[in-house]
Amino acid sequence: MVDAATPLWEVFIRSRNGLAHKHAGSLHAADATLALQAARDLYTRRGEGLSLWVVPSSAITASDPADKGMMFEPTASKIYRHPTFYEVPEEVGHM
Amino acid sequence: MYTQALNANPDADTRDLEDAAQLARFEARVADEERIEPNDFMPAAYRRTLTRQISQHAHSEIIGMQPEGNWITRAPSLRRKAALLAKVQDECGHGLYLYAAAETLGTSREELVEQLLSGKAKYSSIFNYPTLTWADIGAIGWLVDGAAIMNQIPLCRCSYGPYARAMIRVCKEESFHQRQGYEIMLTLARGTAEQKEMAQDALNRWWWPSLMMFGPPDAASSHSDSSMRWKIKRFSNDELRQKFVDATVPQAHFIGLTLPDPDLSFDAAAGHWRYGTIDWEEFKQVIAGNGPCNRDRMATRRKAHEDGAWVREAARAFAEKRAATKTAAAA
Ligand SMILES: [Fe+2]
Ligand SMILES: [Fe+2]
Repeated sequence: MVDAATPLWEVFIRSRNGLAHKHAGSLHAADATLALQAARDLYTRRGEGLSLWVVPSSAITASDPADKGMMFEPTASKIYRHPTFYEVPEEVGHM
Repeated sequence: MYTQALNANPDADTRDLEDAAQLARFEARVADEERIEPNDFMPAAYRRTLTRQISQHAHSEIIGMQPEGNWITRAPSLRRKAALLAKVQDECGHGLYLYAAAETLGTSREELVEQLLSGKAKYSSIFNYPTLTWADIGAIGWLVDGAAIMNQIPLCRCSYGPYARAMIRVCKEESFHQRQGYEIMLTLARGTAEQKEMAQDALNRWWWPSLMMFGPPDAASSHSDSSMRWKIKRFSNDELRQKFVDATVPQAHFIGLTLPDPDLSFDAAAGHWRYGTIDWEEFKQVIAGNGPCNRDRMATRRKAHEDGAWVREAARAFAEKRAATKTAAAA
């Protein structure tokens, strides 16, 4: 018999102060307290972090890969957003 | 990001309605070394192959805790005990990273676990051999983890992103496993005559089953072609097996142990150690459930799962009660 489902959580770790929390992986837990304890056991056995976030996976809204073109393509055509688009004489030096 | 929060995906079968253009785009992306992520289009066969491979890999890590767990309470020193405990805990972690990666393909954790417990899913043949003496713990770390590493390093470049990322984590942790095993063997090999004999006996029993871990010979292997094209696999079974033999033989010689293969010889021209014939009938039997410990491993796993049922139920009930209290307070 297949067990009842236990919610899925996403785990984020800050490896040192000054760095952002980074996605480390997922786990299943009944509630936030258990998720945090499991995250500690599962993802920080070798001093990987100083701070943990656990987020219910269902709380994340993701962009659809099928919309990739519509979402991200326009930036490729807007090259004037990059510093290399502009010409500054060499004599001016680094800018 | 593993955002498939759905524990079971009802339209898993309709999602891969394949049109030729989509298929061609997928093949081109893979050929181009692009990574495939959970919500991307993938052919149904790619999804099926990966679900099977990753979940079998996860099951192997979980069942793999048993042969070594058998010696935790009898480790010869506190140093060895702490290392073994940490190693077995790592193997559990590997199983859980891998289940999470498999779930992103649309099969729920509960279903995957059920496939193991019902005997529908397979796990690595190696874990159906018994650990008779302490030297077996050395042999497992050195040979079994050594073979696993050979297999897993190329998987870090697997075309499926979540699997590749899980493998990177796993590989970082594996090297301690192999080194602690080799250190045990080295210590025994340099110990009393009796200790050396124990190390040799363990090597004799684990050598051939370790070679079988790489799977059937290339000529007989059924899944390889598409796995290679899809960049799930980077090397064939025989190629990986040869790499393992070449790496391991000198390590055995260094500690003065003899490999239990009268046909083993160095092919100087090719730069490879040539090994004798593997008993594939034994492999078939172990996979079919007739190895020395298959029944025991499954019975232990099922019992552990059943014994934990009340904990899972209590945690769920508590979470539901807390959620209800919160809603009531907010109302
Ligand atoms: Fe492992
Ligand atoms: Fe390991």
